[in-house]
Formats: sequence, C-alpha cells, structure tokens
Amino acid sequence: MANAAAELPGTPKGVPAEAADSLAFRLWRRLRAVGGVLLSLALTFLGLTFVTFIIGRVMPLDPVLAIVGDRAPQHVYDAVYQQLGLDQPIWVQYLRYLGGILSGDLGTSVQTSRPVLDDLMRFFPATIELATLATLVGVVLGVPMGVLAAVHQGRLIDHCVRLVGLIGYSMPVFWLGMVALLVFYAKLGWVPGPGRLAVFYEGMVPAVTGLLLVDSLLAGNMTVFWNAVDHLILPVSILGTFALAYIARMTRSFMLDQLRQEYILTARVKGLSERAVIWRHAFGNVLVQLITIIGLTYASLLEGSVLTETVFAWPGIGQYITNALFNSDMNAVLGGTIVVGTCFVGINMLSDALYRVVDPRAR
Amino acid sequence: MGLAWKRPLIATGLLLSLGLAPPVMAETPPDMLVVGGRIDDIITLDPAEVFEFNGAEVSANIYDRIMMYEPENLTELVGGVVESWEISDDGKTITFTMRPDLTFHSGNPVRPDDAVYSLKRVVKLNKTPSFIVTQFGWTEDNVDELIEVVDENRFRITITEDFSPGLVLNALSATIGSVVDEQVVEANAVDGDMGYDWLKNHSAGSGAFELVTWNANETVVMESNPDYRHGAPAMQRVVIRHVPEPAAQRLLLENGDIDIARTLTPDQIAGLAGNDDIVVTDHPKATLYYVAANVAVEELSDPRVWEAMKYLIDYDGMEETFLQGQFVQHQSFWPKGTWASADAMPYTLDVEKAKALLAEAGYPEGFELQIDSLNTAPFMDMAQSVQSTLAQGGIRTEIIPQDGSALWPKYRARRHQLILARWGPDYLDPHSNADSFASNPDNSEEAGLTGVLAWRNAWADDEITEMTAAARSELDLERRKEIYEELQLLHQVRSPFAIMFQQNEQVASRSNVEGFVSGPVFDLVYYRNVTK
Repeated sequence: MANAAAELPGTPKGVPAEAADSLAFRLWRRLRAVGGVLLSLALTFLGLTFVTFIIGRVMPLDPVLAIVGDRAPQHVYDAVYQQLGLDQPIWVQYLRYLGGILSGDLGTSVQTSRPVLDDLMRFFPATIELATLATLVGVVLGVPMGVLAAVHQGRLIDHCVRLVGLIGYSMPVFWLGMVALLVFYAKLGWVPGPGRLAVFYEGMVPAVTGLLLVDSLLAGNMTVFWNAVDHLILPVSILGTFALAYIARMTRSFMLDQLRQEYILTARVKGLSERAVIWRHAFGNVLVQLITIIGLTYASLLEGSVLTETVFAWPGIGQYITNALFNSDMNAVLGGTIVVGTCFVGINMLSDALYRVVDPRAR
Repeated sequence: MGLAWKRPLIATGLLLSLGLAPPVMAETPPDMLVVGGRIDDIITLDPAEVFEFNGAEVSANIYDRIMMYEPENLTELVGGVVESWEISDDGKTITFTMRPDLTFHSGNPVRPDDAVYSLKRVVKLNKTPSFIVTQFGWTEDNVDELIEVVDENRFRITITEDFSPGLVLNALSATIGSVVDEQVVEANAVDGDMGYDWLKNHSAGSGAFELVTWNANETVVMESNPDYRHGAPAMQRVVIRHVPEPAAQRLLLENGDIDIARTLTPDQIAGLAGNDDIVVTDHPKATLYYVAANVAVEELSDPRVWEAMKYLIDYDGMEETFLQGQFVQHQSFWPKGTWASADAMPYTLDVEKAKALLAEAGYPEGFELQIDSLNTAPFMDMAQSVQSTLAQGGIRTEIIPQDGSALWPKYRARRHQLILARWGPDYLDPHSNADSFASNPDNSEEAGLTGVLAWRNAWADDEITEMTAAARSELDLERRKEIYEELQLLHQVRSPFAIMFQQNEQVASRSNVEGFVSGPVFDLVYYRNVTK
C-alpha cells in the first residue's frame, strides 16, 4: 500500500516516487501528454476528412456538372471528370486530397474559382466577427441574468429571464431577423440594412486580418470602422439573443443546483454576505460547466449561422459551406469542415485549459 | 445584490447606445448604380466559359462581341466590334471588317487578330459553351485554318458543316463571341493556358464597363469605360450586391440602399404597388418552363399518354394565381416575341379528353409515376398544380423535389419519369432550341447526347430531326422561318414535351432609374444606358 501511495498518477507500476519525481521523468510525462493530444488531434482530423470525403462522394451530387453545367456535351463532361481525378479509385482520390492538405493545398473552389484556403481567409473572418461579438453579448448579459433568475427563483425577475430565454430559444432566427430589419432598419432607420459594409466603403481599407473592425482601425479609417459597427449591431443582436437565451438558461439551472447544496447553507450560517455566497461560492462552482457551455455556444456560432447570414447578406462561412453543398463544391465543403472542426477542437482544448485555471481539482 | 442588478442593465444600456447611434441611412450616389440580386451562380467571368445567368450578364457589359443585339433595339442583329460582313455565295465563308478606332480598356486597339484569337481560344479551351461554335465544324486541329486574319482590318471564318449564315451570325452574338484583348490575356497566361486562370476574375474587354472586382457571393463591381464607342455610360460605377433573401432586397430597395432589385418574388412585387418611389417593369424572357415525359418508361411510351398529359395541366389556373405576371402561357419550343416563333396554344385543361386518351392508350384507371422537380420557387408550386390536375385524369404522381445538383445528373442519365424543368436558348436563333427540344439524330444509350433534351427523354422523331437539319442549313431567310414555324407546330403535337410558360422578368427599381435593359436571353442585360 505504501509503495502504491508513493506512485504519482500516470507513473508505470513499480517506478519509485523519487524516480517519478525526477526532471527527466516529468519531462517524459509531459511529452507523453503532448503526444497524446497530437495523436488525438491527428486522428480527429483524419476521421473528419475521411467521413466528409466519403459523404461527398456517396451523395447523389455531381461535382462535374457543378463545373460544366447541365447542358455540357458528354466530351466536355468526360474531360473534366478526368481532370478532377474522379476516374481514380476512391481511396486514391482521398489520399491525393490528404496529400494536398498536408502541403497546405485545400484545392480550388468551383463556386469562386479561387483556392479554398483564400476563400476561407475571406469568409471566415466575417463569421468570427459576428460569432465573437454575439458570444460576448450572450455572456455579458446571459450569465448575470441566469444568476439573478436562480437567486430569485419563482419571482418576477425569474419569470422575466425565463421568458427571454423562451423567446430567444423558440423564435425562428429567420423571422426574428426579418422583423428586426423591418423595424430597426426600414421603419426607424437606426441601423443600416443587410451587408457587412455600405457599398461605397467597400475596398477602402486593405484586408490584413479580414476582420473589418480590426482592419479599419489598423488603417486608421474611423468612418469605415463605425460603418462596420453599424452593420454589426443587428445581426449581432439577433445571434446574441440566441446565445443569451441558452447561456442564461443553463446558468440558472447550474446555479439552482449549487444553491441547494449544504455548503451554501453552511456559508450563510457562517454569516458570509449574500454577495459572497452567490458569487464566490455558488458561482465559483458553476464556472467549469459554464465554460463548457460558452465554449460550445461559441463553436456552434463559428460554424456560421446560415439563416442569419442569408437574411443579413453576410458573407460568412455558413453561407459559403451551404452554397458549396448545393453546388457539389466538395473542396469547399471539405475545407469548411476542416475549419469548423479545428474550431471545435481548439475551443475544447481552450476550455480544458480554463478548467485548470478555475478549478484546482482539475490541475 | 445591488451590483448584480446593475451589471446587466449597464450592459444592455451599452448595447442600446450602439443601436441608438445616429441614423445610418444613405441614398446611393447619383453616378453609382447598385443592383441587388443573387449572384452566387457566378463561377467564372471568362467569356469562353461563362454559361451562368449572372456571369453572362456581367460579361455582356464588359465585352463587346463580334455580333450584338444592342440595348437600343433588341430585335436587330448588328455588328459589335465589326462594322460590316460579307457572306460567300455558298454561305460557308464570312469576311468581317472591323470598326475603326476601337480600343480595349487597356488602351490597345481592337484588331482582327483579337477577334480571331478570341474565337480560337473558345475552340481550344473547349469549355461547355464552345459547342455553340464547334457545331460549325471547328476543332482544335482545323481552327487555325478556318478562322484567320485577312488584313489589318478584316478577318474571315469558314464553316465546314451546313449552317445558315444567319444562324452563324446569331451564334457569334452569344457570350462566346466576346472579343478579348489578346495582348493583355497572353501577358497573363500561365503554361500556355491562354489566360484561362487569369480571366476567371479579371477582364480584358472593350465593353461599356471594366471589371473592378468580383467577390464571389458578395459583389461584382464594374467601372465605366470613358472611351466606349457609344459614349461613356452615365453610371460611373455599377455594383451588383449578393442579397440572397428577396425580402431583404425589397427593404433595401424601399430604403434607397439599392437602385434595382432583380429577384423579388411575385408577392413582394405585389406589395410594392402604391409605393410611388418604386417602379416595376416587365422584361419578357425567352426561358421556357415545361413538363417532359421519359418515353423509355413503359407507361409513358404511348404518344396518346403524352397528349393526355398536355390536357391535364391547368395553364390558366397557374398563370392567374401564383405566377402573378412573372410567367405567360406559351406552348411551342421557340419563345414568343422572337423571330420565327409560333404562338399557337392548342392545349387547355380538359380532363374528359385526357381520360379518353388514356383509356385509348390502355390506361382507363391511370397509373402511378414520379415527377422530378427543382425544389425552388416557382417549380414547387407548378409541380403541385400539375400533380393535382394529373390526378384528376388518373395519373397519380409523387413529387421528388431536389436541388439542381441532384436533378441534372438524373435527367442527363435518363433516370427520371416525368420532369418539370426550364430551358433558355443559348443565342437568339430558333436552332438553339430546335437542336435540343426537337433534334435527336441518335437515340441510343451509347450516343450519350446528354445536352439534348429530346435524347434525355429518349424521344426521337426522324421527320422532326430532318426538318431541324433542313431549317438550320436553309439559306433563304423566309423559307427558313416557315420551316421553323411548321416544325414548332409539329413538335407541339408529336413530342413528349408539354411546354407551359415563358418567363416574364419583373424588375423593381427606384423611380428615378431609367434605361435598364434586360433582354430575352440571359446574356443580354445592359447597364450602359442607365440614368438616375
């Protein structure tokens, strides 16, 4: 028992504690952990590309017709069929695609005639801008609302928060977007219409990051910056409402769970202030769960919201991937999938890292 | 607790303060035309490859073609970069004389060499629309001899197949007849690709506008050509914005953020009535909507079934209800309002007659089938109407709605039963449609005439195929017209195509916008006469 107790977690059986505690051994453990993460990442991407590739090939869609059009004579069709390598066995096609990815080539998009990588660099920042701000709205408003609702369970404020959550959750985004446009753009004129920027400002700031807010600041062009901000208000508010509804609801639920625990009663009996009980003790204990929820919300927004992007004519990755699917543009679909997959993996890793910061037990 | 209350309020206040920023409405500048529509079909702007609606529209404004239908008169075929032409006695050779002093956007002169290079480029690149000119007998191997520069003002084309010179001239008015600046294109060529990669999103033309940018699924921006042969366009810039949602397009139009909305639905057009700031104009198109029967399917092999099908469509009902002015009835393969069209419309909904025909064909109790259709408006509404009236005659159908990427492979492989689809001519000569709707020289599976509608429906009529060939090679214009009129009437009765409607594009624009022209064919849309 004594020997077993001296072993460090992750130490092979029989390795004494002194050896396990040595620098070399700690390095070995760290490397093994990093290797494990890298292996898991590689397997995730391999699986992601494989499944997407196979789905793309078995779907009754014809990528050749997306290029040549439905009226193409057979000889034109056959030529493009060969150019795309579709006459090769599917595993050869997949290996070629993988080889391309490893050399940084995601292929060329049918719908834009540009390298998929270039497209993603253009469309993804538009989605990042929207998703990040919407998540911020969701967190900044949703978390306090959820906490308040839990603290005042069954009272007016709780009902209001639940109503907001219900509305945000059940209203079709398409409808909400159109109504918001009708009221705030068409009737009141408070915000500009669909689009990322007024047409006369397009091309006025050089694309450095693709994020208009950042690029306009880098260029020192405040007119473009404020125009971009104006255009963001409505779509961010709509997407933010959904993020808010989800985050507020989950925060309320987590907090209610904690507030029923005995340690809360103990803290109150000890005479701690209500503020300390709620924010330091109860809220501190829901942080891990909240980070998961916020991370997932952000990742799902980074996938792109097709309907919001359609209503607001927002050139984001959601529209890009959807159009690519309709046009059998498999390179674009695969490229988009890899980006979305990377986001999920990245955000999950970030969440894991944050768990360790907020919860000592996870270290 | 107090602070807990204040936090969300402060955050909400911040958000609202952004929302209450000064009003941001803006009219479009007087010398800029902003058009809202769907431009996600554009996959290239190379005139040797463009075959999509919006790509062809943009191309029409950037490139002058060898022959053209100008916006001032869309029914008269005139020279584009050429001022005159001479046709040899046998009709096989046409010698063109260039207009003097034309220049490309680059400042280079427009030479016969450029016209010859452009046509050879179409043949050698061999992209989808190349069939429009390769049908004349031009191949990669012979095109250098058959298309040649005569002198510094003239060039000559020779065809090896039997085609009427009128048809050849019409074909040269299609997008593939666009003349590109050889020197600029070759300067941007890579590995002998004749500038193929570069021209996808750049321009090298002599048209009224020059391409500034094409951001896929976002915008197309064009700038006026101050040296254009008809004078500089009034609009300094034309911006075509991708606004996929028609309701958003309408809001943008009503607020003055766009000048023209191209893809509003009938109910949105109706909703604009009474708005004095908006004008709705009609632009008859040559696009036809039809139902076709795959005659290889046993139940659809009898011509009496095809005829019954034509009597089981509620043409009037659809036109008067959900199509609301965006379509007009038309029942022959060449659209009305064009040269040599036949306007006879013998079919109306007649259930009893259809039932009698089905009984004669051996189907008194009808049968069950599938209708393939695109899943977008107005196809789904049309499909449901057709489904309902076919059922009245005993033909029970299941609608298979699908996207084009799934429908077209099925159609080309002859795997459909009934199909609801559309077709627009590639150029303004009846041969463009006759060659697809009527002619089928080899109905075998091996022939693989996948671009031909008659073949896709496994239907071949030798007499009709021969008439199509005779019409295309007829030198006498009047006689040619007669053959086409006769051919359309014959096809109307004997083919498995129930042609139903011709599109009428309704364009909504701000009331101060004038001069926008959208011609019958998809590559005849002009911005150069627009004023505000």
